Amino acid sequence: MSIAATQKRSFGAFLWDYLTTVDHKKIAHLYLFGGGFFFLLGGLEAVVIRIQLIKPENDFISAGFYNEMITMHGTTMIFLAAMPIIIGLMNAAMPLQIGARDVAFPFLNALSFWLFLFGGLLLNISWFTGAPDAGWTSYASLALDSPGHGIDFYIAGLQIAGAGTLMGGINFLATIVNMRAPGMTYMRMPLFTWATFITSVLILFAFPALTINLFLLMFDRMFGTAFFDVALGGNTIIYQHLFWIFGHPEVYILILPLFGLFSDVFSTFSKKRLFGYTAMVFATMLIAFLGFMVWAHHMFTVGLGPVANSIFAVGTMAIAVPTGIKIFNWLATMWGGSVRINTAMLWSLGFIPSFTIGGMTGVMLGSAVADYQYHDTYFVVAHFHYVIVGGTVFGIFAGLHYWWPLMFGRILHEGMGKLTFWTFFIGFHLTFFIQHFLGLMGMPRRYWVFLEDQGLDLGNFISTIGAFFMSFGVIVFLINIIYTAVKGEKASADPWDGRTLEWATASSPPPYYNFKQLPLTRGLDPLWIEKREGNGKMTPAEPLGDIHMPNGSFTPFLMSLGFFIAGFGFIYQTDNSLWHIALFGGMAFALGCMIYRSIKDDHGYYIPKAELEREAD
Amino acid sequence: MSQDHSLYPETMPQHPERATLEGKNKFMGLWFFLGGETVLFACLFGTYLALKDSTAGGPSSEDMFGLGLVFIMTMLLLTSSLTSVYAMYHMRNNEFKKMMLWLGITALLGMGFLGLEIYEFAHYITEYGFTFRSSAFGSAFYALVGFHGGHVTFGICWIITLMIRNAKRGLNLYNAPKFNTFSLYWHFIDVIWVFVFTVVYLMGKVG
Amino acid sequence: MKGWMGKIKALLVFSALALFLTACGKDNLTALVPKGYGAQSSMDLIILTTVVMSFVFLVVIIALVIVLMRYREKKGQEDYIPKQVEGNQALETVWTVIPIILVIIMAVPTILASFDLADNSGASKHLNVKVTGNQYWWHFDYENDEFQTSQDLYIPVGERVYLNMISSDVVHSFWVPSISGKLDVNPENTNTLYIEAYEEGVYWGKCAELCGPGHSLMDFKVIAVSKEEYEQWVADMKAVDPEEVPQDAVAAEGKELFEANGCMGCHAIGASPAQVGPNLTNYANRTTVAGVKEHSKDVLVQWILNPEQYKPGNLMTGKYPELSEDEADKIAEYLLQLDATDITPESAGK
Repeated sequence: MSIAATQKRSFGAFLWDYLTTVDHKKIAHLYLFGGGFFFLLGGLEAVVIRIQLIKPENDFISAGFYNEMITMHGTTMIFLAAMPIIIGLMNAAMPLQIGARDVAFPFLNALSFWLFLFGGLLLNISWFTGAPDAGWTSYASLALDSPGHGIDFYIAGLQIAGAGTLMGGINFLATIVNMRAPGMTYMRMPLFTWATFITSVLILFAFPALTINLFLLMFDRMFGTAFFDVALGGNTIIYQHLFWIFGHPEVYILILPLFGLFSDVFSTFSKKRLFGYTAMVFATMLIAFLGFMVWAHHMFTVGLGPVANSIFAVGTMAIAVPTGIKIFNWLATMWGGSVRINTAMLWSLGFIPSFTIGGMTGVMLGSAVADYQYHDTYFVVAHFHYVIVGGTVFGIFAGLHYWWPLMFGRILHEGMGKLTFWTFFIGFHLTFFIQHFLGLMGMPRRYWVFLEDQGLDLGNFISTIGAFFMSFGVIVFLINIIYTAVKGEKASADPWDGRTLEWATASSPPPYYNFKQLPLTRGLDPLWIEKREGNGKMTPAEPLGDIHMPNGSFTPFLMSLGFFIAGFGFIYQTDNSLWHIALFGGMAFALGCMIYRSIKDDHGYYIPKAELEREAD
Repeated sequence: MSQDHSLYPETMPQHPERATLEGKNKFMGLWFFLGGETVLFACLFGTYLALKDSTAGGPSSEDMFGLGLVFIMTMLLLTSSLTSVYAMYHMRNNEFKKMMLWLGITALLGMGFLGLEIYEFAHYITEYGFTFRSSAFGSAFYALVGFHGGHVTFGICWIITLMIRNAKRGLNLYNAPKFNTFSLYWHFIDVIWVFVFTVVYLMGKVG
Repeated sequence: MKGWMGKIKALLVFSALALFLTACGKDNLTALVPKGYGAQSSMDLIILTTVVMSFVFLVVIIALVIVLMRYREKKGQEDYIPKQVEGNQALETVWTVIPIILVIIMAVPTILASFDLADNSGASKHLNVKVTGNQYWWHFDYENDEFQTSQDLYIPVGERVYLNMISSDVVHSFWVPSISGKLDVNPENTNTLYIEAYEEGVYWGKCAELCGPGHSLMDFKVIAVSKEEYEQWVADMKAVDPEEVPQDAVAAEGKELFEANGCMGCHAIGASPAQVGPNLTNYANRTTVAGVKEHSKDVLVQWILNPEQYKPGNLMTGKYPELSEDEADKIAEYLLQLDATDITPESAGK
């Protein structure tokens, strides 16, 4: 059983392997480390923000720099940290959970990652010349008013990264529709796979709105069009609508995958089947559907009128119903179970009260008239951090602890994991709970300073202290990763007494072809069924035969590089027309890669049956 | 399992474009892609509808649009959709030459459409001084119609590349899905044009 | 162990006390102590939704605690396999229907309040003020351009005042937490907000939509005075003679410097609907310098010398020749003698 034979390889070969890989498991690693890097960067920005706000009228950083900080913190965390890490987890687990050997388009999968990475790098290079400073929303009027090239970097970076995300969404959809193993019907898919599917639908229908919005903003800034130029009849509220038509589903893109993940974790560590599986699936769908209907609740104070405000208020509150169903079903899953509390479970248990608070403030924000007070204050800051940290980040940590064996073959250190959880959990509530009150006490968000003698000092001080606790937790986690890589406990193929197919492979991490023979699924929680009613192993659904595998390719990297260069061209061509060389050169290069990909036949290769037989023992 | 994807009349599957897993994935992926494209165009339509009266004193749609030319463009594009259907019909019958012929006609009709569109834009710019910088209406008009035109251009380049690449190889299970995805894409562009024609030109002229 | 617990207890009690003391924030700034119509409407809904949602939270927490107490994995029973329950129709129906009822309880008052606060049909019968948001200050235009103020908005207490708001540059948002919720100030359309203060007082207002580096310093005040005082104030403001030369010699020199250095190019004294920079009529009675700083001569001199130090990104910096401290001092003296009326911020809340 030594399929994952660790060969000594040169670092160059290792690097080349990752630069050209199309294997979903390796792409998951890339996403995790790419996203993790940006997560640390975004975290650093958050700490700088909190230090600036530790006392009234502080001058730790300047006002302009502060605006760059908040913009980059938001943009980085959402687009470059949370989403890529989530997509990384999807890549790591989803194909295995449906019993597939890879995703539908392995080449596109690699391209998605490299586009994300180059987009993220492009955005962050702006730190050297002046970062975007109009908030992560970059509302048109201020974004057009902003001097320098910061906003241009924002546009180019997000456009490139966003294209990658869109492809990722399409890829996962096609994978789940076409590549489920025999017997894996839709209503037998693990909740994480369901969530991946529904999230991909959200990506597919939400991201084009962002694409168009950025496109319009780009033309206004770079080519003198008048979409948002009031003097020529433009209208900046269009930007707000398009932004939130994307932006609200985006929030669900960030949380739904983790809802799926928590469902798997609760069920596994309670040794109980998920309570109300069907209701959970339909609740997820309903949340996603309603997510497209409520974007204007971000715009209650724009002056859309009472009819629009009422409709969107009711729609927003209605989301509480399916979300409530999910929370109670999770509780019912644990009820009567045998709950084992390890780190993954600890993050999941911490998620329930944290996210419930985020959900309840969400409903409170949905009440339009109450929102006239909450809107754009620290109340909102508190709310979305309760959702995104208390839901998404907690979920990511739970997922990392749960699937670390699957991804890296080792189990993260439990003690350090628990230390991370407790410091982060306490720090999180210290930082953000008080912010609800700060907002109501008259502190708008995105404030560089708050004034003395306005009753805001203590709250802000506590909040900053909390941020230090959270930072400490993250540092411990980093140490944990290094420790585990060096000395961590090696994991078996099924370290958690798992229920789903990702634990039914030959080893942790699984062999590069995933399943020697595609498994036959006999019901929900297929591995659990085989353990209780069968011989503990999945029944093969096909005879042993040659396995078709895709070829690795360096083209995705080069293609993304082309867009990256073209991005610079777009940004700087307004200063000097020589930059058109970069613009057209980069585009032509990317297009050339595309044509090369299109006309060069790539049939992949086969792993011969004989070799697979040899590996069997 | 073999790597031979060639098609023979006796083993010809009914849908060569969806006979392999790759083909199925391409087919499914393209449908999802078109779903995303729908949102893309919906946003542009929304923007256009919001800004179509914001002429900022410049020319308006009533002043400029002539339905005659646009009608010819519409006919060209609708016909090209039909010819691509013929091409797919011949693909399913494994008649490679005929498929190529009809695809060629499709591309030519697309180019005709594109030529007329370029003429139309040039006409607005020279006759009315109407550019994408003139007013919010100008920006929205060129963004929507130009975006569609860009899709047509991309489609023409795509099919020409495919035709040249496969000219000497005949039809097989590897390239059949490629032709099929092009055809789907081309229908989609056609449908979008019907909306452009209605929303931009008809509504611009009448109401 | 005991001492350790005691310390934690003391710390908790202390924190709770400190939090309680500052719990509601500063009077006339915090939204938690509403003193106007809009703020009260919002507060009613805040309380209703908080109560309803806290009930849900409580149920979740109780269930979670019970799970953690009763259903932990027991030592020595690691192999115990619990019963695999698929679901429970009745239970699932309960936690679907009850939230729906709760949502209805919250939605109906929300809709009613939305329509109430958006009802501007009475605008013609009440005082109307045109509000313009600028980077980073506020312009208030009274009674069809008859006179203007900047930064300080005087209103009669207990009466509805309709604010017709537009922005001259980017989106801002008008927020006086103690009196009313916020409404955006857009560049492309006029938004109307009505406010009504229940008590006399100086209420702190803030810009709530990111508008550039000076966003956090774009504060203003709403000064609610009695009806009689308000009428007096209007009469005094209308009677201002912009050409009046101050009696004081230093101030008169300041006036000359003010004109010689082109300050008039942006700042009007007396009625002027145009507004490049804040209108300085009645400057002596301003609540603050630049909306955020103490209203004193020293601060004003510093502001004139270098506005950037108090308000980053402001549009005044660099628009006039460099001034000596002496010149700035004279201009400040002149401005601080622009006293048009006896109705001052101190009049409010007597």
